[in-house]
Amino acid sequence: MMELICPAGTPAALKSAIDAGADAIYCGFNDETNARNFPGLNFSRDELRKAIALAHGRGAKILVAINTFPRAAAVDIWHRAVDDAVSAGADALILADIGLMDYTARRHPNQRLHVSVQAAAANPDAIAFYAENFGARRVVLPRVLSVPEIAEITRESACETEVFVFGGLCVMAEGRCSLSSYATGKSPNMQGVCSPPSHVTYEQTAEGTKSSLGGFTINRFGTSEPAGYPTLCKGRFSTAQGAGYIFEDPVSLDATTLLRGLRDAGVTALKIEGRQRGRAYVESVVRHFRHALAALESGSETDIAGLKPFTEGQASTLGAYRKTWR
Amino acid sequence: MNDPSAASSGPLPTIPPLVALAMRPLPLLPLQLALGAVLRGIHRRNPAIFDRLGAHARARFGIRPIDLPFAFVVEAKPPRLSVVRELPKGLDARISASLANLLALLEGRVDGDALMFSRELVVEGDVEAVLALRNAIDDAQLDLAIELSSLFGPLGAPARRAFEAARGHVIGSSGQSEQSR
Repeated sequence: MMELICPAGTPAALKSAIDAGADAIYCGFNDETNARNFPGLNFSRDELRKAIALAHGRGAKILVAINTFPRAAAVDIWHRAVDDAVSAGADALILADIGLMDYTARRHPNQRLHVSVQAAAANPDAIAFYAENFGARRVVLPRVLSVPEIAEITRESACETEVFVFGGLCVMAEGRCSLSSYATGKSPNMQGVCSPPSHVTYEQTAEGTKSSLGGFTINRFGTSEPAGYPTLCKGRFSTAQGAGYIFEDPVSLDATTLLRGLRDAGVTALKIEGRQRGRAYVESVVRHFRHALAALESGSETDIAGLKPFTEGQASTLGAYRKTWR
Repeated sequence: MNDPSAASSGPLPTIPPLVALAMRPLPLLPLQLALGAVLRGIHRRNPAIFDRLGAHARARFGIRPIDLPFAFVVEAKPPRLSVVRELPKGLDARISASLANLLALLEGRVDGDALMFSRELVVEGDVEAVLALRNAIDDAQLDLAIELSSLFGPLGAPARRAFEAARGHVIGSSGQSEQSR
């Protein structure tokens, strides 16, 4: 059966993920070394050690995401994160930067490495580079591939493959977007925060709620209109061709209906996005996919509507897994 | 500790407008004293609860249940709570939702982002402070029946059962995943 990899932004969410049936939980330190560096979120060193003890006692694994790109003159912060995660007993490190992978492979040669989605390794040659040079054992594929492409890559790669099945989507190849950096001066890829909340404002107007990022208006929602995250890629803009979602609609990925195809493609693990979400999300989404995997094994039906309340814009998509163009 | 899997089916109920109207003349001081004691009790039993607020530990949050004729001003450090008819100016952030949704958020039974997506939760002001507060509370695993019944001394056990029954009526016993059905 494919592994279920689940998010946790707090120790309580981690416990919820284990209770709901996670095979592994991914989490990060409470600093800029991971791509969900939001206020009040993530783990101290002590919390990570306790989380690993709890997870191992329950038969689950802990994967530590150190998946931002080190800044020049501040590389020590990332090296310390690697050293501390290894000494805490992490089952794998999820890395994106080749310099950090090199450091980890040399310093901790027995540590299992996964290639983060932030590395955007989207073809067998790129994956082979990480496997041959750093001993990477798994690659998290970027959310730009169709199921047949995933099958092809998995067939040709020595690495295990892991794919996202639920949660927020990026419009671009991960790790290569600068929209939020342009608007706020803070980099998702180096400081770990896309649309930093310090730069987000919500204003109640006669027409509804106006959301802005760094002074740029992103959207205006009517009082009963579903909303999305305040990211520029999911903004609604006016152009000469009309007004609408220019880059991407505010929707969440939900690949519940594609599990059979992903299994047949040889995928090792399924990942749920959402370390920034609350316990209720983690518990419900993990439980949904645990049931869906059991149903896949037994050949029975899966509920495909249950996760709608958790989706951005109250809508879901199959994303690039089933590509369509408008 | 509560179990987020134990959640309600269907959207959470709101207080009927007539009931809210009947509550309008009620004095606020007794409620303020009781809730202030609950907040201090939570802080005493979980001294690390607000550590996740970080730089926002001294923020002043205005919390307005949209179906009640009063609102709350809450500060974490030191723990302070006041009940007001209208939220004052100068707050760091304002959070509005139905009472049931606010209670469910406090217990981690609903997901704050999902409430934002469905427009059942409205945030204004310092979004970073609100996010830190949400994450701190979500990690705290509060059980409001336990916290409220702690005010009742020797009558704590029956009070807790009464609060649990009331919670089942207001929030229900299951989760957000069921809401669309």
